Parts: sequence; structure tokens; C-alpha cells
Amino acid sequence: MAVLLLAEHDNKTLAPATAKALTAARAFGGNVDILVAGEGCRAAADEAAKLEGVGKVLLADAPQLAHRLAEDTTATILPLMANYTVLLAPATTMGKNVLPRVAALLDVGQISDVVEVKSPDTFVRPIYAGNALETVQTSDKIVVATVRTTAFAATGEGGSAAIESVTPADEVASSSFVGADITESERPELTAARVVISGGRGMASGENFEKLIAPIADRLGAAIGASRAAVDSGYMPNDYQVGQTGKVVAPELYVAVGISGAIQHLAGMKDSKVIVAINKDAEAPIFQVADYGLVGDLFEVLPELNEELKKAGYGD
Amino acid sequence: MKILVPIKRVIDSNVKVRVKSDGSGVDLANVKMSMNPFCEIAVEEAVRIKERGEASEVVAVSIGSAKAQDTLRTALAMGADRAILVKTDDTVEPLGVAKVLKAVVENEKPDLVILGKQAIDDDCNQTGQMLAGLLGVPQGTFASKVELDGDTVKVTREVDGGLETVALTKPAVITTDLRLNEPRYASLPNIMKAKKKPVDETTPGDLGVDIAPRLKVLAVAEPKAREAGIKVDDVTALVDKLKNEAGVL
Repeated sequence: MAVLLLAEHDNKTLAPATAKALTAARAFGGNVDILVAGEGCRAAADEAAKLEGVGKVLLADAPQLAHRLAEDTTATILPLMANYTVLLAPATTMGKNVLPRVAALLDVGQISDVVEVKSPDTFVRPIYAGNALETVQTSDKIVVATVRTTAFAATGEGGSAAIESVTPADEVASSSFVGADITESERPELTAARVVISGGRGMASGENFEKLIAPIADRLGAAIGASRAAVDSGYMPNDYQVGQTGKVVAPELYVAVGISGAIQHLAGMKDSKVIVAINKDAEAPIFQVADYGLVGDLFEVLPELNEELKKAGYGD
Repeated sequence: MKILVPIKRVIDSNVKVRVKSDGSGVDLANVKMSMNPFCEIAVEEAVRIKERGEASEVVAVSIGSAKAQDTLRTALAMGADRAILVKTDDTVEPLGVAKVLKAVVENEKPDLVILGKQAIDDDCNQTGQMLAGLLGVPQGTFASKVELDGDTVKVTREVDGGLETVALTKPAVITTDLRLNEPRYASLPNIMKAKKKPVDETTPGDLGVDIAPRLKVLAVAEPKAREAGIKVDDVTALVDKLKNEAGVL
């Protein structure tokens, strides 16, 4: 059995999601190669080659792969699949965009958001916003699956795989990249952060995120998240959304502020190690999953929390 | 210009699902069913494009049991012109759905297919991408903005880092994300009118599509429940607990 893992990266660095998906890939028990498709992405390939247990790194470097559009990425992957029986990618927006297209063209199903590899053909995945876990066995000759990275620890470094160039497919003319509006932040990436502090509708404005949540996030080296309500209200950009259809996070500490705890939000954070809820409504469902609940007005609690952390020596 | 909108009937998003005690699936008996929320956004977008005069016809299609008729009627009440029910009582996986839709697309020849990015029951997020692949057309997934300009459609996509815009040559497949629009509620007169709109019926067999599942569900289980936590009185107690009890600070 041979596994091909499609790497998540930004052409310069390898995203932590790749090392986590690699752990799932290695659970198949066969050789694992990593495909780094991009433009000027040699540095990302070098990082991938250092990960433990990688057979080789395939490098597809071409202008039409710069943004990993589904059409071009699929065209480059398809011929490679003659040599593999498993294709994996982390369940990032890139992985979710590309892999089903590849699967359909291989005439196989795709398995989304794998949280456990039971055997090379049997997997566990969440359904119904994580309110149920299904164990599925595939009869397809080639397994194509996306990996929920919060369910796997990252594979460490210690390897020195060879990097081999592969020929990128010709550019697909029907689709082209126009532009991107990528959120710039000094804070850790939401899905990889050790601490996440998220705000909901109760925050009442985007300015309040900046005024009340950002100082605490900076003290703790935390990423900032948001509920769907906060994103829909325009308080925060879409890429901050935690939930069933947004990002799934599982940090050491998740602090939910002014978030009532709809099942769709819980789906995105309930595997966090420790959950803190701050809400003025003592009946809010978020308290049912919180390890520590504090009933109170966030406009009073957050400044107090900032002060308390300052006193305790965080971030100074 | 014609727009095809595939939609799915799913458990209502406000229902708390329960896993059956024999572990064979979730209990769908007597629970409220609705149109998948992302499909509502797809219908709304197609209808708005038509209302702006940029499309001439919106066709809704659903694959499922006779009850999927209700969901199609909702789409018609929202403004779709006609509907197609591809009737089957079997479980159809995304690949099967995409193959059925490919057959429908070959009959209907729409310029755009707009569908939800994900159904909230199986949470697969695959059908649009698979359909685009099978048709050999471009895809604009997780759309938060759709702009038509002649033969091109510009799609702004919600991606992990923020937003990304792609230009696609029609025909194309677009999947909707949450921020694309706020779907309307169908008015009573429109619900009445929808009853008179045509709904054609066909089957996967009639369309010559094999929908045999590739997956066998071995078990469905509840996830491990979190143990109930405690309430703390104030911020000092909270920081103390996080530091000394949970050890996460």
C-alpha cells in the first residue's frame, strides 16, 4: 500500500495541518509520500522532507499551482494516482475543495473529516455536527479521505526524505485566481493555537473584540475565534468562525465569551481539553460543556480577567 | 441563462439528534425535516440572480424519497420556476448524487449549478466538487459573493486565511457558504402559487445512473460526553482553577 498526502502550505512554509494529517497517513501502515504543489514552494517541500516517516516528497512547482485551485491541483494529482492506493489531505478549505474533485474523477467515494483510522479501509468520522460518530468501511480500490487534524497529534521531525520533481499538468484555462483578502495577524493560527479565546453575539461589536478580547489573547499567546452570530453580524471576518461549517479547534484551553453554545458552535470546539464559559445567562447551553463557568457580564469580567492575568505575570 | 439548484431534505438544524440504541444510525422517526440551510442559500442566490434579470429560469432538483417533494415545493415558493424529483428510497452517497446531477445537467444544460457546500446531516462537503469534476467544469466552492459578467462568473470564496476570489468560465458549479445571502421566507401567496408549478419525476435508473453505495456503515455511536464542570464565583477563582487545577495557564 502506498499513501500520497497532499500538503497544506502557503508556498513558503508548511502548515501544521500537514504534520497532523501525516500521523493519520502513517496509520495506514504503508509508505507515505507527500505532494507539495505550489509555486516557488521549495522551502515547504524541504520542511516536509524533514518530517519523520516520509518516503519521498513530490514537488510540483508551477505558476498555475500558486493558489492550489481545484482544477489545476486535481489535474496534477490524477496521473500520480497510478502509483498510490490512498490519497489524503488535511480537511482544510484547500483539502475540502480539491479532494472530492479528484475522487469523482477516480470514480471513488471520498471520506470526509476522518478522526480515526481503524484499518486501511475502515474509518471513524463525525456526522450531524459531531453529535454522532460513524464507522464506515469502504469498498473502493482507492481510498480518498480528508483528515480532521484536531484528532491527530503532529508527526515530529527526524526524517530526511528525498525531494523529487513531478511534472505539473498544463494550466486549466476555465478557472483563474483573481485575488485574495487574507487576514494578517501576529497571533497563532486558530486551528493550531494552544489557547483560543472566542467571542459571540454578546460582544456587541468588532471594536469590543479589539478592546476586550485582544489584550487577553496577547497575554496568553492565544488565537481569537468567533461564533457564527459574531461573524454574521460583521464583528469579525469569516475565517475566525469556529463551528460545524467553520473551523474545528481543539486547543488546551478554549474560552467562550458571550457565546450561548448552539450545537453548531459546540461541534467546532467541544474536543478542547479545558473549556471556560463566560456568559451572563446562567442557563446558556455553553455551560453544559464548560469545565469552568463564570456567570457574569463580559464587559466587567474581561477587564478583570486581563488585570488578574497581568498581576499573575502573563505577557509582561 | 438557466440555473440548476440541487437541494436536499435533511433533519432540521434545531433538532438535537439522537443515536439509535442499536447503533445502526440516528433516530429520524417523527423529527422535523427541512431544506438543508446551505441549499436555502443556494435557492435564494439563484432567485436573486433571476430577479436582477441575469437569469431566465431557475430549476430546483432533489434526490430522495417522495417526501423530498415538500422541499422542492419550498424552493418553488421561494421563486424557483420548476422542479425535478429524482425519486429513490436508497441512501445515495455524494458520488452517486453527483452522478445523478451530471445526468440532469446533461438534459437541462444549465449555465450555472448553485448548491449548498455541505448538508448538515452527513457533513460531507463533496457533491459540488464531485459534480464539477465529472462535468469537467470549474468550481467556485464556499462562495460568499457571486458576480456575473458575460461568460465569466467571479466567485469570492471563504477560505481558511480569509477570502479568495476566482474567475470561472461558464458553465460552472458554485457551492454556497453562510455569508452569501439571507434566504427569504416564502410568503403565503407564493406558497399557494408554488403548488401549481410543475414538478417532474424521474429515477436514478431512468437516468441510467448507478448509485450503489461505496461505503458500509458499520456502527454509529454517540461521542463521549463531556463531564459537567463547575461554576466559579469570580475571576480570581477562575484564574486559580486554570492555573492550579487544570494546569493550562
